[in-house]
Amino acid sequence: MPGQVLTITSGKGGVGKTTATANIGVALARRGQRVACVDADIGLRNLDVVMGLENRIVYDLVDVVEGRAKLRQALIKDKRLPELQLLPAAQTRLKSAVNEDQLKSLCESLKQEFDFVLIDSPAGIESGFKNSIAPADRVIIVVTPEVSSVRDADRVIGLVEAYEKPTPKLIINRLRPAMVKRGDMLDTADVLEILAIDLIGIVPEDERIITSTNRGQPVALEDHSEAGAAFMRIAGRLMGQDIPFQVFSESGGLRERLGQWFRR
Amino acid sequence: MDVFERIFGRSGSASVAKKRLQLVLTQDRTNISPETLNLIKDEIIAVISKHVEIDADNVEVSIASGEEGHRLTADIPVVSARTMRHARKPKTV
Repeated sequence: MPGQVLTITSGKGGVGKTTATANIGVALARRGQRVACVDADIGLRNLDVVMGLENRIVYDLVDVVEGRAKLRQALIKDKRLPELQLLPAAQTRLKSAVNEDQLKSLCESLKQEFDFVLIDSPAGIESGFKNSIAPADRVIIVVTPEVSSVRDADRVIGLVEAYEKPTPKLIINRLRPAMVKRGDMLDTADVLEILAIDLIGIVPEDERIITSTNRGQPVALEDHSEAGAAFMRIAGRLMGQDIPFQVFSESGGLRERLGQWFRR
Repeated sequence: MDVFERIFGRSGSASVAKKRLQLVLTQDRTNISPETLNLIKDEIIAVISKHVEIDADNVEVSIASGEEGHRLTADIPVVSARTMRHARKPKTV
């Protein structure tokens, strides 16, 4: 059975598309799925550094499309997770180096070998975005609970539907429960009401995202981080499991706050 | 603090964000800008004024999103001794 292509996009930049792609890839692989992560942000390559695989790039997506390398040669195997592989973007080329049909046929080949093909879409709604939506069987929109991000997400949802793709699913990223509790951050219900699409996961703001990205070790590799656990749940839902949505308590709850107190 | 705020109904910036988003998204989705709304308003005033005396300063034309989709609403106060009491009943265009 061929796998499925899942495109992760957002409209607005900087909301965590690449981090989400890396971590969903890791989480799916940890759940035993064969996963290919494809960096479709040609010219602004980043998925490789977030995944910690930047030193192993020989060929990239454009090399494959232009016939200089075979797909197998360009795919980088993640040594931590044998089921996970990365197809990096080209860094010194422009978005125009690849077109919709080329990306579609590339994904067709990947679908034969992998259960999930995750495409990290570039920000914006121009050609790079369109290319990355074209091969998608499903689309995930990453949004942060902020007015600019939600507005751009709404626009992108409209575009995805205009391309006759199934209605995208939503990841609410960087939710800060303490701010929600104070009434100073849009909560999950607000965002869902405004965008009127289904949720696939909520990822709380977590400092470990920054430290793990510093090291090139996606949080979903470990068990103790809140964000990592959130990505593991998202992966389970993507595989069709019925996993209830977490209600996040105020910054880590009583235990963590007490812990912080004693550490002083 | 939190309970205090809840009792006295102080709402944080989230509710402001939500209201602003709902308004701007309605405009985005319908492709009706505030400027277009003003034009519609002026033309409605012009048309209706030919037949009925209205309180032009208090005419309101707005769009809102609801469960059944988007709705364009014109609220037109009519100046007339007899209908004064009902003058602010909204009319949907």
